[in-house]
Amino acid sequence: MAPVFAFVAGLTFGLGLIVAGMADPAKILAFLDIAGTWDPSLLFVMAGAIAVGLVAFAVARRRTSSVLGLPMQLPTARAIDTRLVGGSLLFGVGWGLAGFCPGPAIVALGAGYGKAGAFIVAMLMGMAAVDLIERKRVRSESETPDASGA
Amino acid sequence: MTLDSGAFTPWSATAGGIVIGVAAALLVLANGRVAGISGIVGGILSPRSGDVAWRIAFIAGLLAAPVVHSAVSVLPAITIDGTYPMMIVAGLVVGVGTRYGGGCTSGHGVCGLSRLSPRSLVATLSFIASGFATVYFLRHLAGS
Repeated sequence: MAPVFAFVAGLTFGLGLIVAGMADPAKILAFLDIAGTWDPSLLFVMAGAIAVGLVAFAVARRRTSSVLGLPMQLPTARAIDTRLVGGSLLFGVGWGLAGFCPGPAIVALGAGYGKAGAFIVAMLMGMAAVDLIERKRVRSESETPDASGA
Repeated sequence: MTLDSGAFTPWSATAGGIVIGVAAALLVLANGRVAGISGIVGGILSPRSGDVAWRIAFIAGLLAAPVVHSAVSVLPAITIDGTYPMMIVAGLVVGVGTRYGGGCTSGHGVCGLSRLSPRSLVATLSFIASGFATVYFLRHLAGS
């Protein structure tokens, strides 16, 4: 059952993006262009989504398992560090370059836009590169106990 | 700053936002998972057993959305002004950034802020700030 609900959630999410106009990079870039003719629509999208999200996550927080009996897996990371800020700043640069973030790019690919496909393939490569670097780093740190113990 | 009153669509934006919120609510209450799209996609790259099907199903739902929308009503315009090389650079940067930052607009911006997470607030302010800076540079410094 779980994948069925996940599919419906993804479909609903995508329809929300389309209705909100957020699948259109031109509209995202109009939001990010505060010095030009600014379109604040994205803030209203966030407000609408968070209004519902606040209730949903308040309920989710009090449960240890989901309605389907699956474990409730809410993020546990709390660190506000260089990695979080640096990564987020970098993400914002890419967002500003293309007008795409991951969700809208997948929706635009579903609508048949090749450029969205190119964005997604590159994004997957970027993610895989980080995973590779991080795995190597963790391995080399565990191989030199002296350094990690210092 | 000039408000673009022609393009500004507060009603459809809020309505679409509510639909996005409902989707995030469905995923967390039914599946116990956070609707962070970069994380959902990234989890497929280093798969753990029993943790892949829901991810693929969610992404299939996103891909199906424009098809379903077209069946009911005309799909709104999607205008991609950037070139292919620009898309590739942007995609790489988004992939690396979301992996280190632990999320994107959906995971930090929608779900994280809904959880009142200070970490997600810092992330969201960071990527909006650098998004502003990037577009400012491209449209008002480099392009002019």
